[in-house]
Amino acid sequence: MENFPAFSPGALARLEEIKKKYPPGRAALMPALHVAQEDFGWLKPEALKAVAEYLELPEMTVRSTATFYSMYRHKKTGRNVIRLCTNVSCLVLGARTLKGILEGLYGLAPGNTSPDNRFSLEIADCIGACGSGPAMLVNDDLHTGLDAKKVIEVLENYK
Amino acid sequence: MTRYLLDVENPNLDGYEKAGGYQGLARALSMEPALIIEEVKKSGLRGRGGAGFPTGMKWTFAAGDPKFPKYIICNADEGEPGTFKDKAILEKNPHILIEGMAVAARALKAELGYIYLRGEYPKGKDILQAALKEARGKGYLGENIMGSGMRFDIHVHLGAGAYICGEETALINSLEGKRGQPRLKPPFPVNSGLWGRPTMVNNVETLANLPFIMRAGAAQYVKIGDPGCPGNKLFPVSGHVEKPGLYELPMGTTLREIIYGQAGGIKNGKRLKAVIPGGISAPVLPPDAIDCPMDFVSVQKQGSMLGSGGVMVFDNDTCIVRVAHRALEFFERESCGKCTPCREGTSWLRAILERIETRQGREGDLQLLEDVSRNIAGNTFCPLGDGAASAVLGFLRHFREEFEEHIKNGCPFGPDDHTRTVIAR
Repeated sequence: MENFPAFSPGALARLEEIKKKYPPGRAALMPALHVAQEDFGWLKPEALKAVAEYLELPEMTVRSTATFYSMYRHKKTGRNVIRLCTNVSCLVLGARTLKGILEGLYGLAPGNTSPDNRFSLEIADCIGACGSGPAMLVNDDLHTGLDAKKVIEVLENYK
Repeated sequence: MTRYLLDVENPNLDGYEKAGGYQGLARALSMEPALIIEEVKKSGLRGRGGAGFPTGMKWTFAAGDPKFPKYIICNADEGEPGTFKDKAILEKNPHILIEGMAVAARALKAELGYIYLRGEYPKGKDILQAALKEARGKGYLGENIMGSGMRFDIHVHLGAGAYICGEETALINSLEGKRGQPRLKPPFPVNSGLWGRPTMVNNVETLANLPFIMRAGAAQYVKIGDPGCPGNKLFPVSGHVEKPGLYELPMGTTLREIIYGQAGGIKNGKRLKAVIPGGISAPVLPPDAIDCPMDFVSVQKQGSMLGSGGVMVFDNDTCIVRVAHRALEFFERESCGKCTPCREGTSWLRAILERIETRQGREGDLQLLEDVSRNIAGNTFCPLGDGAASAVLGFLRHFREEFEEHIKNGCPFGPDDHTRTVIAR
């Protein structure tokens, strides 16, 4: 294994696994970006550079792909990322009220991070939980059937 | 046999085998690939991703291309708002999908498959990986499948948040590590798909129908549901119903049966105001259309489409303008920006709807919405723009007075999420 000091050993091991699943070149880029995002916290310039070097791709190619997808983050986020769905099925069950609560209680505006760095808020467009909405993802955890009370209870578990 | 897609009692391999799992693959392995395709054609299976294209015909195109290797891609980029059917298969019955992909691989002589899973389903990824491992361990995937000499393996590719990647050429670009923008067709993926090779892209639910077709035979399959469009269909039901959730019902079940018979009718004793029958891209229908059978042909006759089958129900206190506005926020955000009518058009539609909703609507705005929509429809690279345009036209066709009322007097609906106070976007 070549030396890529920018990545943690765990991330490097995952990258090696990824490489086996794709032909050489650009195809492994999306999974590599997922790994880099987890390893660096967000896709800071050093992360993009490290991915480019690892996959032997021009940095511009890496940036081109990384900026297309909404789940790749290009600024620092809080410790927990909330993805609140406000699409129609969740909207008609009260998602806008929840958005207002997050704003009032935690100072969270869509796309921003709370002043205490605890939460970042992103507005999601359907997370496949329409049958039990309103719903949100906090990091990788799905929370459904939210209302004004429950959303606060749930978020209190994330520090 | 009333349910075969969602055997939720038995999510692991043991349970799946006990319920007849992988017997369809065993039968497929005993058949010539051409005969498998013939069987799928006879079944009348139509793609469950939204377009309803006959699966057997699509396979014939891919099989007829002399180039190898060929690839099988499972489209698990379920992003259509109001839809949560593929997620249920992925999380609750993953082996039915793996078996379906293996059957497709046998038919098309493919040795490698990818599941393109949307980034918003991280749990699904873990469940799939575990199921793939189980399947490899039991010889349902790998170098010598069930002792037949067939080779086939599957990798999971996690998306990163882009609705457009549900379109098959955008999906292929994304799988190649590129921006997920659609390609010009032709060539179609069946001839020139992943890395320029013949590629079969099928939706999760479509693939999940194959084990039953193979095990029971096409003759049994065509007895289920509508003769012109057989099989069961998964209907995700959301919004203002007593029992929202996922229902597996024969194709052709009426909207009335789905909303009132299955989902318990409208919540809190209210009345039905509107229903979107197939995910947000499907034009809205009024209450007098709910005797429509839910199949590809009948819903189209009502001026809408079956789409994903995602049934979104709205009660009489729902502000349709707000629903339309939120729908267009979605289309604007998800437009990939490649072609002008969609990129600019969705943005204008959203802006006009927003001002109508916030009581800044102008005389002539409804005409403008129609003009912009008609200039998008049919003029875009892929169906995203068409979906946005037909959604807007649908809202206007059935609820024009409500839009006029908003322009004249503002929003007539009450507090909570029907409030006229717009919380900052």
